[in-house]
Amino acid sequence: MREFTYLRAASLADLPASATIIAGGTNLLDLMKHEVMAPDALVDITRLDLNRVESEDDGLRIGALVRNSDLAAHPVIRRDYPVLSRALLAGASGQLRNMATTGGNLMQRTRCPYFYDRRMACNKRDPGAGCAAIGGVTRNHAILGASDHCIATYPGDMAVALRALDAVVNIDGPAPRQVPLADFHLLPDDTPEIETVLRPGEIITGVTLPAPVGGQHRYRKVRDRASYAFALVSVAAVVGMEDGRISQAALAFGGVAAKPWRDPEVEAVLAGQEPSDALFAEAAEILLRPAKAWGENQFKIPLLRRSLIATLRDATGMEAKP
Amino acid sequence: MQITLHLNGATHDLDVDARTTLLDALRHHLGLTGTKKGCDHGQCGACTVLIDGRRVNSCLTLACMAEDAQITTIEGLGSPDRLSPLQQQFLDHDGFQCGYCTPGQICSATGMLEEIAAGWPSHASASLEGPFALSHAEIAERMSGNLCRCAAYTHIVAAIRQAAGADDRHEDAA
Ligand SMILES: Cc1cc2nc3c(=O)[nH]c(=O)nc-3n(C[C@H](O)[C@H](O)[C@H](O)COP(=O)(O)OP(=O)(O)OC[C@H]3O[C@@H](n4cnc5c(N)ncnc54)[C@H](O)[C@@H]3O)c2cc1C
Ligand code: SF4
Ligand code: FES
Ligand code: FES
Repeated sequence: MREFTYLRAASLADLPASATIIAGGTNLLDLMKHEVMAPDALVDITRLDLNRVESEDDGLRIGALVRNSDLAAHPVIRRDYPVLSRALLAGASGQLRNMATTGGNLMQRTRCPYFYDRRMACNKRDPGAGCAAIGGVTRNHAILGASDHCIATYPGDMAVALRALDAVVNIDGPAPRQVPLADFHLLPDDTPEIETVLRPGEIITGVTLPAPVGGQHRYRKVRDRASYAFALVSVAAVVGMEDGRISQAALAFGGVAAKPWRDPEVEAVLAGQEPSDALFAEAAEILLRPAKAWGENQFKIPLLRRSLIATLRDATGMEAKP
Repeated sequence: MQITLHLNGATHDLDVDARTTLLDALRHHLGLTGTKKGCDHGQCGACTVLIDGRRVNSCLTLACMAEDAQITTIEGLGSPDRLSPLQQQFLDHDGFQCGYCTPGQICSATGMLEEIAAGWPSHASASLEGPFALSHAEIAERMSGNLCRCAAYTHIVAAIRQAAGADDRHEDAA
């Protein structure tokens, strides 16, 4: 690990613009040990008053320092936004969830193995160097929204549920602003090193959830082992039913793109329809129309199709299929 | 830099490099080698300690960030002549082979049983509202952050269930 200066922020006002924020440290310290990140200064924000979950209008405001474990267990999240509890509980381990914060989780970086290995070419780590993943081992790489410059995925679970819930990210800085989670993470294009809209000198203060929408909440995560592993693909679903028909479906997908993926056309084809395998196959067809495999990760295309269909069968009360 | 750690009921003043993890501070600066280094990257759980009663990975914690907290390590949970209930049950059930993961397992299980007592659900819970059984599936999921290279898992789960007073006749109920 490279040397750095350690600073501790006592208030939002005294946040130094040039220092890298550290919260739970579970992603940043890992990357600093690999010297993939080497900040000159760290500012510890854990003393800031950003660790509350409060109601706001009809929704909920979650502070950036609320730990993943506390958020998953929060009674209002469990009751009104269970897809979020489920996504959090499917992530990392008990120890890591006790450390990981809401803000840090949104900002966690890809698990592309070439990004972690400084001997390999990586446009995200070293813009212009090339991408060793293309033509390499691509098991955890993207099938949607990738570019010839980078095929990495955003690896997190929490943000996938937040995407299905239409969450908004609250940002403080020279000009405080609110950004829908939909627009927060960026696709790589030719600047894979720019991963979010957050600018230097800005800080995430929290996330706002709109009023609860009810319905059936599911988070389905497929991974290489039963627990303590990142998603190969995941599906967050909030599905409403009325008179035997799907009244609305919010569907977000993890492990398949550089951001939590959502496709309004998929949701539109489901709305107002009676659940059936033919309908779900059509929805999967639409979702996967733009999909592109990069060698080994070809398996994610059928895996995502089956995961979507299984989630929809489950959420609409059709007989479960293994 | 000068830091003060509150550890196992005592206070220690240390002079550390800012880069020092809590794990290295415990082992190298304080000589408390019960806490183990497996991966140093959050992937194995061998370094698990309790901070303000919550289980965390000390390899991904900077010592300087743990200054105001109460830290408990395996040495603080019990001693050879005064074992904690979990320590005793790991002995009784052969909950280890080489023993390298064991301090992490016991610290983790200590925190995990508090989480169940506080009514926290897990990925294995059928309902988010509980009740949460001390079933094999629940404990395996809640302890998944602690790997055991010797694969003593069956005995580890048995030791934890016994220490928590789980009723063996209802192994996988609920
Ligand atoms: C072994 C392992 C397994 C894991 N498995 C999973 C998994 O299955 N699913 C999953 O979703 N995650 C998983 N994770 C990732 C984990 O969830 C993240 O590391 C964690 O959420 C990051 O939060 P943190 O508070 O520790 O962030 P930090 O490490 O403190 O920070 C991460 C980044 O966010 C920035 N940052 C932090 N807070 C703010 C803020 N308020 N405003 C602006 N920037 C900020 C930091 O500058 C840094 O760049 C795993 C991690 C490990 C080590
Ligand atoms: S996929 Fe992206 S992160 Fe991975 S090596 Fe290529 S440029 Fe780097
Ligand atoms: S040494 Fe900390 S998790 Fe492996
Ligand atoms: S007892 Fe050897 S690693 Fe667990």
